[in-house]
Amino acid sequence: MTTTTPVVAADAELPKVRVDVLPLLLVPLIALAMLPLVGSFPTWVTLTVAGLAMGMMVFMMASGLTLIFGLMDVLNFGHGAFVSVGAFTATLVLLPMKSWVEADSVWMNLSVVGLAILLAMLVTGLLGWAFERIIIRPVYGLHLKQILITMGGMIVAEQLIHVIWGAEQIPLPLPETFRGAFIIGDAALEKYRLIAVAVGFSVFITMFLVLNRTKVGLLIRAGVENGEMVEALGYRIRRLFVGVFMAGSALAGLGGVMWGLYKETLTAAIGGEMTVLVFIVIIIGGLGSVGGCFIGAMLVALVANYAGFLAPKVALVSDILLMVTILLWRPQGLYPVAKR
Amino acid sequence: MIKTLLSGDLPRSRLLSGVLLLVFFGLALAPFLVSGARSLNVAATICVFIVLVASYDLLLGYTGIVSFAHTMFYGIGAYGVGLALDGMGPTWWAVGVGTALALVVSLVLALLIGLFSLRVRAIFYAMITLAVAAAFAVLASQLSDFTGGEDGRTFKVPQLLQPSFHLIDGDILGRSIDGKLITYYLLFFSALGLTLFMLRIVNSPFGRVLQAIRENDFRAEALGYRTVIYRTLANCLSALIATLAGILMALWLRYVGPKTMLSFEIMTDILLIVVIGGMGTIYGAVIGSAVFILAQNYLQVLMGQASAALSGVPFLSNFFHPDRWLLWLGVLFVLSVYFFPTGIVGKLRAGAIVDRGAPKESKT
Repeated sequence: MTTTTPVVAADAELPKVRVDVLPLLLVPLIALAMLPLVGSFPTWVTLTVAGLAMGMMVFMMASGLTLIFGLMDVLNFGHGAFVSVGAFTATLVLLPMKSWVEADSVWMNLSVVGLAILLAMLVTGLLGWAFERIIIRPVYGLHLKQILITMGGMIVAEQLIHVIWGAEQIPLPLPETFRGAFIIGDAALEKYRLIAVAVGFSVFITMFLVLNRTKVGLLIRAGVENGEMVEALGYRIRRLFVGVFMAGSALAGLGGVMWGLYKETLTAAIGGEMTVLVFIVIIIGGLGSVGGCFIGAMLVALVANYAGFLAPKVALVSDILLMVTILLWRPQGLYPVAKR
Repeated sequence: MIKTLLSGDLPRSRLLSGVLLLVFFGLALAPFLVSGARSLNVAATICVFIVLVASYDLLLGYTGIVSFAHTMFYGIGAYGVGLALDGMGPTWWAVGVGTALALVVSLVLALLIGLFSLRVRAIFYAMITLAVAAAFAVLASQLSDFTGGEDGRTFKVPQLLQPSFHLIDGDILGRSIDGKLITYYLLFFSALGLTLFMLRIVNSPFGRVLQAIRENDFRAEALGYRTVIYRTLANCLSALIATLAGILMALWLRYVGPKTMLSFEIMTDILLIVVIGGMGTIYGAVIGSAVFILAQNYLQVLMGQASAALSGVPFLSNFFHPDRWLLWLGVLFVLSVYFFPTGIVGKLRAGAIVDRGAPKESKT
């Protein structure tokens, strides 16, 4: 029989996890390939930074969704509602404290935006908790109903925003010190874009560390792979679900605030508009994969920016074209999650 | 006779039959019952939406596929005829070319999307269609040289359908027989024919396979039905019928534009109607559309009055603002997905079964 394998083998080193670097290389490769096409280096830098900033903001919104999907097998079509609610909640801080926003002091600006973000994340997190309890809990495992119900939730949320904040656009001015751009050589780098890159990157690093270096992260990753087994080992996976759902919603709220400040005007449809982009990103990344979602967000945003500069008409469908190309290469997305 | 017409799928409830008859006669006699352009417009919209929603029901209710690209096919139909009439002048030839082109484009797109994403799970298909439909709507509104952009295009229809055309002199039952009336009846009879056709489909062996796939696709596959092929067929069929609905709407409005033909609001309207009317019953589309369109046009007046009455209460009056009617429909939608997933029609039928006594249910 085959039992002749010595027991020592179990103590031997585990086989190394193979790291799939190809998708990782894709982002710099595309960026570099576009350099000769764009022609001028400063323009290229500006475009790249703009793309990265947009990608980071999309990543904030998409990461929660993909994690929720990976862990709970729930695709929340109402995820965009959290984006809108986050952005609108920020107005509760930013509009009354106008003097702080307009003040020419970095600290005042930072603290007021920080407060707005905190409140937005708190509100969207709590809303996520309620959403999970009321809307999603009865339909776990029923995909058709999930799509319908979360879509309904989205409609209701959007209308409620109209009820509370009115139907008109709300201007959301960028704080004074965040305006303008750094000029390095001939390249203009908008300050706010750099801030967005910094915030987005720190979110990614935090998420990466939490998922890979903490026990909660271990449980979440185990839950994505095999939820039943985690439950069998005595962990309450339901609490994990709720926690991840709240965190994901709060991240969407954060993304909403950042995006709202970027756009400087708010309409209730902001979440619905982003939903499409977010879906494309998580499909490209592989449903359930946070790393793939990050790369997907960068790819989509960079390609959209380059295309917008090189061929504006193509830019209208660049997301779809990118998605089709990626799916032809890897039908399950860049980093497919084993189970699905 | 009626049984053959309805393909053996009788309403099975006295109340339901009553409501259906009411809708039927209401729409059939609408030009003679109501006066004014607005009421006739409401009736025509109901006709088109019955077709549009029923074709969506074919997908969602019968096959269990959630698509968000239905308005895209609707828009393709509308734009096909609209642009053809705009470019080639108001002839029947243009209508024919536009229709044919629109049908071909829809078919190809539906096939592509279907083959690309129907192999995988329902969720994937829903996301892909959402993305494609969004891109299509953006394209339609941005390629302004071709489509007229945000403003859309106004065009002339063939002479027979123009409001200024009179078939005979004088009135019949106090109504002049003009092009508008002829267009209305074109819409009405097309809608009637298409609805009966869809009833035929869902009650055919093909329709049974679709329902089997909805209930348990794994088992359907095990029984030897190639589910991918059936799903793709259902997808194409539903897309083609939606295209026809778009063509009818364009002929009626004599206008195409991204807001009226492609906007995501229409998609949510369709979803709301299907679920509230009753999934998996073509009749649900009929009743749902009638109720929904009537509510859309007349409920808002009521809400306006409620809002005015509550104007003293600052926050509450916002809830009843005429523009917020979608809020209440959304709540109704969520509740109906939970508590009566079979919608109005399912409720009526279930009520009829209880009335007739339990034994009958066990036999069927």
